[in-house]
Amino acid sequence: MLLIHCPYCEEDRPEVEFVYGGEAHIARPLDPASLSDQDWEHYLYIRRNPRGRHHERWRHTHGCGRFFNAVRDTVSDRFEQTYKAGEERR
Amino acid sequence: MMRFSGLNLIAQAFSGHQSWPEQWPDKAPKAAYDVIIVGAGGHGLGAAYYLAAKYGITNVAVIEKGWLGGGNTGRNTTIIRSNYLYDESAHLYDHAVKLWDGLSQELNYNVMYSKRGVLMLAHNVHDIQSFKRHIHANRLNGVDNEWLSPEECQAYCPPLDISPNARHPVLGGALQRRGGTARHDSVAWGYARKATALGVDIIQNCAVTGIRRGPDGAVQGVETERGFIGAKKIGVSAAGNTSVVMNMAGLEFPLESYPLQALVSEPVKPIFPCVVMSNTVHAYISQSDKGELVIGAGTDQYTSYSQRGALHIIEHTLAAICEIFPIFTRMRMLRSWGGIVDVTPDRSPILGKTPVPGLYVNCGWGTGGFKATPGAADLLAHTIAHDAPHAINAPFNLDRFRNGRLIDEAAAAAVAH
Repeated sequence: MLLIHCPYCEEDRPEVEFVYGGEAHIARPLDPASLSDQDWEHYLYIRRNPRGRHHERWRHTHGCGRFFNAVRDTVSDRFEQTYKAGEERR
Repeated sequence: MMRFSGLNLIAQAFSGHQSWPEQWPDKAPKAAYDVIIVGAGGHGLGAAYYLAAKYGITNVAVIEKGWLGGGNTGRNTTIIRSNYLYDESAHLYDHAVKLWDGLSQELNYNVMYSKRGVLMLAHNVHDIQSFKRHIHANRLNGVDNEWLSPEECQAYCPPLDISPNARHPVLGGALQRRGGTARHDSVAWGYARKATALGVDIIQNCAVTGIRRGPDGAVQGVETERGFIGAKKIGVSAAGNTSVVMNMAGLEFPLESYPLQALVSEPVKPIFPCVVMSNTVHAYISQSDKGELVIGAGTDQYTSYSQRGALHIIEHTLAAICEIFPIFTRMRMLRSWGGIVDVTPDRSPILGKTPVPGLYVNCGWGTGGFKATPGAADLLAHTIAHDAPHAINAPFNLDRFRNGRLIDEAAAAAVAH
């Protein structure tokens, strides 16, 4: 089980308190009507799925309830850092 | 290739079984091949075999970064079934089930396909309605599937607790009698042996590090740890690592890789006659011929390439197994492990051509690729040989994520499978 640092609670808590939120920094299109099929495909379905450094969202569901971002190595599952939602990609 | 037979077994006994020839040679790569398959799992080895056996394309190499059959082929729970809801899926998976029949004879290798039946339990009204819809859809597609009452479920699988006050009450079940299990390693070994006998090279411990493309965009070959190997056509059958391989060709895929765990108990005498699955509580169980209970869990929640998962996932699965089969509460678990499964947004595979000329893909089987092994292999071989998909795998193209023609088995089953 992963031990995850919540940047809001500033505590290391067990994975069962959190829900995974998928890849981070995927911006919702500002003008959906102007999107091509290719843009929609990219926004909805294409994922980086890297072997290594991954930016991802987590939600501290059984804690503060807030979304935050994390950088995790997908080979070792080790967290490099977590940071608050809205902050720049690291 | 020495043919396996009872007579040969007796003949070899005279030399104390010391003179059996090796089943497949480990080859050094040639400079170039007609076709390269990336990934020596059941799907990749099978594709090489069908390319040679059905289409006469024998100048083929299967390149594997680890050892043959050491990925998800060696890590799954060996369940075979084809009771999928949508027409496209039913045709695809039933194509595989039809090939499982007779595969042992075709390969002269016992893959131990056992039609012991796959029973999917209904625990609530939604399950009943959903399974009955599946049953009707399946029967219209010529796929056997039938409804059993709770008593019939227990008669088919005696360890099942059908008492009405159970934590997960059994309200009935959908049974596919042609479903069952096979010996996972044997499938890879059988394809490997037969393919090499037809001229295919299997190159293990040789990771692909790049895909070289020419000025016209078409593939020219693969860069590997043992140098460049040329090829006119490349078929990628790399399961959880498909995104990584596709990135080498400059493609981004609609895939995410998750750990999926399984575990086995200590071996016991035969007690469990079939396969039982419960989608609602995310557990499936069968008994191997060695006597171990083979138990599968759901995926972990986060993407990973680590080939291991968290204990709370299998704890959740075992809790459900113990509720449904109280007889197993004191069984001890022997081993657990994880495999990395590549999951698509609609939980249906991608099997066909890619935007890169000469590059073909077989991926996205998610948590249920083993059952499809012979079918996926056959269709990948067809697609490579004809440079066009077969009618069965044509709907499973990459374009569906752009044009919206998804085959949404995730919505149909409400779980990944």
